[in-house]
Amino acid sequence: MKEELIVSGRMNSMIDPHLNIWHWEIPLYLFLGGMAAGILAIAALYFIRGREKDYRTAVRLTPFLAPILLVFGLLALFIDLRHKLFFWQLYVNIKLQSPMSWGAWVLMVITPVSFIWCALHIKDIFPKWDWKYNWLINVESFFNRYKKVLAWVMLIYAIILGIYTGILLSAFNARPLWNTSILGPLFLTSGLSAGAATTLLLSKNKDERKQFARIDLVLIGIELFFIIHMFMGFLASTQVQIEAAHLFLGGPYTVSFWIFVVILGMLIPALLEFMELGKYHIPSILPATMVIFGSLMLRFIIVYAGQFSRWLY
Amino acid sequence: MRYAMAVDTRKCVGCSDCVVACQTENNVPSGFCRDWVVEVTDGTYPQLEMEIRSERCNHCINSPCVRCCPTGASHFDAGGIVLVDHNKCIGCGACIASCPYDARYPHPDGYVDKCTFCSHRLKKGLDPACADVCPTKCIYFGDLDDPNSPVSVILRQRKSKTLIPEAGTRPQLYFLI
Repeated sequence: MKEELIVSGRMNSMIDPHLNIWHWEIPLYLFLGGMAAGILAIAALYFIRGREKDYRTAVRLTPFLAPILLVFGLLALFIDLRHKLFFWQLYVNIKLQSPMSWGAWVLMVITPVSFIWCALHIKDIFPKWDWKYNWLINVESFFNRYKKVLAWVMLIYAIILGIYTGILLSAFNARPLWNTSILGPLFLTSGLSAGAATTLLLSKNKDERKQFARIDLVLIGIELFFIIHMFMGFLASTQVQIEAAHLFLGGPYTVSFWIFVVILGMLIPALLEFMELGKYHIPSILPATMVIFGSLMLRFIIVYAGQFSRWLY
Repeated sequence: MRYAMAVDTRKCVGCSDCVVACQTENNVPSGFCRDWVVEVTDGTYPQLEMEIRSERCNHCINSPCVRCCPTGASHFDAGGIVLVDHNKCIGCGACIASCPYDARYPHPDGYVDKCTFCSHRLKKGLDPACADVCPTKCIYFGDLDDPNSPVSVILRQRKSKTLIPEAGTRPQLYFLI
């Protein structure tokens, strides 16, 4: 039997015995950003395909949540910074190798775009809305004229934002659990799924609800596929990544991951959505809130478990 | 110019003088450290083997911290030294998460701090404080491009290793074994 004992004179509670640098702010932001990305991508896609009339909620109503989610997400990011007064340094530097840098710039584009998208549809919510000033009316008509261009910009940037929330973590090879490029597509799909669930929750149109239950079902299937792939990749990789996978396969995050993310956040809502598509009537609030909850838990568990995983030397 | 450091694991007694010297020289806030001592005991009693290492930032050639920093605060200085520009650092923690050696810490003033190879001393022609103070003289420092520097000489004479080279960081802190 081999014994190994490592005694380190370095006692820093943010590093030892495991990394403890990112708390609730980062996973919350990853969730809010991912969900906003999902909502905006779906809205832009259906607008571009000319299905605005069929899916009014998805194109016109649900996007009103996006700027709110983005603003709270940015606020969480700001709270996370330890040298807050220097935050503007993010916007005087472009570092293409740093996902956090281009993520900051993507947010700089998608946040105003989401506000403009809402402004174009505000009369749907407040029929008596009046822009009051002539120049505001001019601005509105300008964007209305180029709405298709705006939708394309929104679609592309929303997808980049959705992927970025995962790539942000996968750039860190120091944390073997995060160091997998599948986190990008996984978080994008999870964000799209949360976005579809939001429309499922808000829509009053039965056909639209059915359509979004169908979309969500497909997205959950893709997500499960990515999760299985992630574990296959880990288990076929180096020792540190095998250990990272074991955080979820018998380790401290096993119960929370499989129960909250996979069973409550994916399998049960998928079953409910499947039943809804059949002849059963399921209140859509059930699968929708479960999917959104699962999406939130996925971020929290990946961010916290990743800080547990490390190289041992 | 390529600064590097070599620590003799056979001469090091783990006294932590390097840690205290660094904390004093660099005004490191209490509760934190830029260098630290690791003792590894290997084997089954009574066949035990111990290795003592004085560790710090590896000033990697392929630095994940420099790559992940969103503002360019973490950067390469002359001689490949990895430094943090305090006035550019936003304290996001990306570099701390990206370091496989966990060599960085968040300074209570907000910015991220780490070993600088005592770059302020190097400018005066002095060695880093840890190397200077070591009672067993087990820390060798110098320029790898200069074949006569203490670190080049000792790395030619002795076998050495780096920590987790498989992480792809190309560390410049060598351990003589």
